[in-house]
Amino acid sequence: MAYALRSFEYWAYSYRRVWRGSIVTSIIGPVLYLSALGVGLGTLVNKGNKLGVPYLDYVAPGILAATAMQIGTFESSYPVMAAIRWTRQFHAMLSTPLRVRDLILGHQLYIACRLTMVGAIYLAILAAFGALHSPLALVALPVVVLIGLAHSAPVTAFSAWLERDEGFNALFRFGVMPMFLFSGTFFPVTRLPHPFREVAYATPLWNGVDLTRHLTLGTATLWRSLAHVAYLLLWIAAGQVLARRTFHKRLVL
Amino acid sequence: MSAGTPLIHARGLRKEFGTLVAVDGIDFDVQRGEAFGFLGPNGAGKSSTMRMIGCVSPPSGGTLRILDMDPVHDGPKIRARLGVVPQMDTLDLELTVRENLIIYGRYFGLSRKAVKERADELLEFVQLSERANDRVEPLSGGMKRRLTIARALVNEPEVLLLDEPTTGLDPQARHVVWDRLFRLKQQGVTLVLTTHYMDEAEQLCDRLVVMDRGSIAEGGSPLELIRRLSTREVVELRFADEAPHVDEQTFDGQVARIEKLPDRILLYTDDGDALVPVAHERLHPQSVLVRRSTLEDVFLRLTGRTLVD
Repeated sequence: MAYALRSFEYWAYSYRRVWRGSIVTSIIGPVLYLSALGVGLGTLVNKGNKLGVPYLDYVAPGILAATAMQIGTFESSYPVMAAIRWTRQFHAMLSTPLRVRDLILGHQLYIACRLTMVGAIYLAILAAFGALHSPLALVALPVVVLIGLAHSAPVTAFSAWLERDEGFNALFRFGVMPMFLFSGTFFPVTRLPHPFREVAYATPLWNGVDLTRHLTLGTATLWRSLAHVAYLLLWIAAGQVLARRTFHKRLVL
Repeated sequence: MSAGTPLIHARGLRKEFGTLVAVDGIDFDVQRGEAFGFLGPNGAGKSSTMRMIGCVSPPSGGTLRILDMDPVHDGPKIRARLGVVPQMDTLDLELTVRENLIIYGRYFGLSRKAVKERADELLEFVQLSERANDRVEPLSGGMKRRLTIARALVNEPEVLLLDEPTTGLDPQARHVVWDRLFRLKQQGVTLVLTTHYMDEAEQLCDRLVVMDRGSIAEGGSPLELIRRLSTREVVELRFADEAPHVDEQTFDGQVARIEKLPDRILLYTDDGDALVPVAHERLHPQSVLVRRSTLEDVFLRLTGRTLVD
């Protein structure tokens, strides 16, 4: 773990150059989304209150979870490829006492920090919009980290495996975008026809959205929540194993 | 580790990538304090050997001991005592010169205070103090190279591994790098380097091995190799048109060996000047040059090929 902290420091150092812009983006993002979807669109949809709560309160946790996915995915895409192929910083790390697992862990740790920061800002804004129904919403913060890492770990493996950065277009267009739209972020997946509904249930994002939503609305139940957490942990573990393998192929052989 | 144990010890060392054999069973020892070189053309297996010594790439076979430890099991411990200058730069171009050093020092677990002091010393050593707070991106190739060398010294390594330290640099920048490396050697740092420049090998190496197609063809000090495997002098002949047929008989046995290259003919002899009038009279070359034998000639003799195509 001490070694992983050393590689974490590299990412933290690089982040120092962009933190101002990054913080501003993390504030503007949720404000825009919640104004447009929650306040604007929200007054048109949900007639007859089928959702049981105002649309703003419904969509807010969905967007929070989807943002965690986007951060986890993005931070493990180009930056990982850069550290392998462009700045080659991973090669530099491997000529010091650091090992492949330290590289991956350090980077994941950095992403966890980013997720915590963005998650905290989001939750504060959600509170300001009156979208949090329960103190359970505080538990959503570590859940945001889990959601982000559940995407980041497998994407890290993917980025190490990828030969050229064109592959990221496919990842964002056919992976991130559909998940963003159809994993229960904006509407219940029960509106989806079979078998798309089942596909949505299998995504880490739906599990994250459902968990986050029940937490902010205060309707979470223990077993359902634990099942979601376990499923997200599974993605993290599998992603890390794959990442180690692809890193070995790229950096060590 | 006893005084006589070599710093690096390899026997039958192999590296395979699938069916490709990059390093085909090589033996060598590097002693403390010496400058040891791997000389060979691209694809000879030099970099693969360096990556094994750097404990990044595990050997496919044979024995490799570094600082009396096993690179596969003690990789982190060994790497803590090595400095690595890779063939391709691994600097972060967005960070400043100084930040690159600090970050790298932190990988070794140095304290922030120690690493900052060390960074300033090293920048002084590689003559980059004035650029300390500039981003790395706009620096010249020679400056980046010097920064990479400074970075490799941040942990005060016992062994410095340099994979083609001056490839791609202009002559002036190369001399600055050589000068710094020479100073390090004087300070007692063991240097292990690869190169396909014979002048670099001659300048820097106490001992070297000539590598070709994954094997070691010969080894020794540069002078010894030249004495043993070449003549004292070489006469180079260039022709305006196609080169005429030449063999040892052409020069009545004054020539020990002849090499025909696409653009010139090399005559190996102990007395070049004596050969010049004969060559002019019998072959009518466009130009004639007499020079001392170099490692390039040794390489040509061993492999039938030149070092740099």
